[in-house]
Amino acid sequence: MKRHLLEAGDLDRDDATLVLDTAAQIESALAGREVKKLPTLRGRTVVNLFFEDSTRTRISFELAAKRLSADVINFSAKGSSVSKGESLKDTALTLEAMGSDAIVVRHGASGAPHRLAQWVQGSVVNAGDGTHEHPTQALLDAYTIRQRLGRLDGVRVVVVGDVLHSRVARSNVWLLATLGAEVTLVAPPTLLPVGVGSWPVQVSYDLDAVLPKADVVMMLRVQAERMNASFFPSAREYSRRYGLDGRRMGALPDDAIVMHPGPMNRGMEIAAEVADSARSTIVDQVGNGVSVRMAVLYLLLGGAPDSE
Amino acid sequence: MTGSSALPAEPTIAPLLSADDVGRVVDRIAHQLIEKAGPDLGGLVLVGIPTRGAPLARRLATRIETFSGIRVDVGTVDITLYRDDLRLRGVRALEDTRLPEAGIDGRLVVLVDDVLFSGRSVRAALDALRDLGRPRAVQLAVLVDRGHRELPIRADYVGKNVPTSRSQSVKVRLAEVDGRDEVTVEDQA
Repeated sequence: MKRHLLEAGDLDRDDATLVLDTAAQIESALAGREVKKLPTLRGRTVVNLFFEDSTRTRISFELAAKRLSADVINFSAKGSSVSKGESLKDTALTLEAMGSDAIVVRHGASGAPHRLAQWVQGSVVNAGDGTHEHPTQALLDAYTIRQRLGRLDGVRVVVVGDVLHSRVARSNVWLLATLGAEVTLVAPPTLLPVGVGSWPVQVSYDLDAVLPKADVVMMLRVQAERMNASFFPSAREYSRRYGLDGRRMGALPDDAIVMHPGPMNRGMEIAAEVADSARSTIVDQVGNGVSVRMAVLYLLLGGAPDSE
Repeated sequence: MTGSSALPAEPTIAPLLSADDVGRVVDRIAHQLIEKAGPDLGGLVLVGIPTRGAPLARRLATRIETFSGIRVDVGTVDITLYRDDLRLRGVRALEDTRLPEAGIDGRLVVLVDDVLFSGRSVRAALDALRDLGRPRAVQLAVLVDRGHRELPIRADYVGKNVPTSRSQSVKVRLAEVDGRDEVTVEDQA
């Protein structure tokens, strides 16, 4: 493993499989225990450096670090010296001077974690940067698929929605390709990035055509906060063409699963009856996120400080 | 190394236990466990420390059932996340942690490992057990005790005591993991 986890491309197939296997072992080791805590990272400090809002990712990282006995500092830009104009670099160096061993960073600017990694000694984990990547989300999605379907190689994954703005989609495309899954992107042409032709994916504009052959349907959130241009005519039209409702779910093969990275817009990209159905893995994904992030923190921080 | 045509020195291998010896030692420990546990035998839990403690625990359980007719529970506890030398040795893949359904609370737990050396693995296993439940008592069974303890830990059941020097390494091979049973002492090159 590399020292940082900045993008899904940092993981080769062996690394990614090691993360998933480690997460599975951690999950089974902690299942049914009263003391859900391991001493592995005792004395290490993990900083959650969040410049963007987050519920599940920040809590998930915090819980993962705490279950490994690391000390956790939660830093959110609101209410900090960032609002006085302190730069990312100075903020990071300040945190490192206080002895942080790893920085988990979420930032609105794509590439911010990469810059951060050049400035600090410790490990940097990307928890979402702009519209670029969110590698631990892709890892927990892969983990969830493997848990439900028993394999990743050859699994047909359909990713539906706002691919243009989705760091979840980007990370998933690269990680799933590394792990041997076949990815199809379905979106309105306006919500596909330029250069998607060079990605290891197929592209379709017709959701109904691809559903009968899908093992996994991954719905992306319509990111209202990034919808600064008219990407589609109306929410209703988007929902009608690209939303997953009960009828469309009925077209899926019997053992296919429905995923969503959260937070959901119920009634927009996913109907409530689908989100709450037995096919939905949305709650599993959240639980698996803790195990996967524990595995990542263990593999990045557990060993010698400079064993590369 | 470059420029020298000499082959690296072969490690000198002194076979310590043959496959037959390993079988006899396992049988003897099984008999000792039956004798010492007495009427408690049914409540015994054999907990192997991966990698090679796990198949050893299963073998002991099989032999105990053969000799006494009583089936004892078997589990494994992976100690990687409890090690105190992770920073020195680096991270490694985790192995199974699996306890019997009935758990370990109030029961006699016998930890099983292949080699007892510094005692640090056993310390880590004791810490792991503490998080998993509260056994009535914990004992330790090892195939080989090679000395050089760094902690106040001793084994209750020892297959073979082997005086070694620190520079030597004791290699235990078991059919389940390595394809054959054998214990050797090797001088490190």
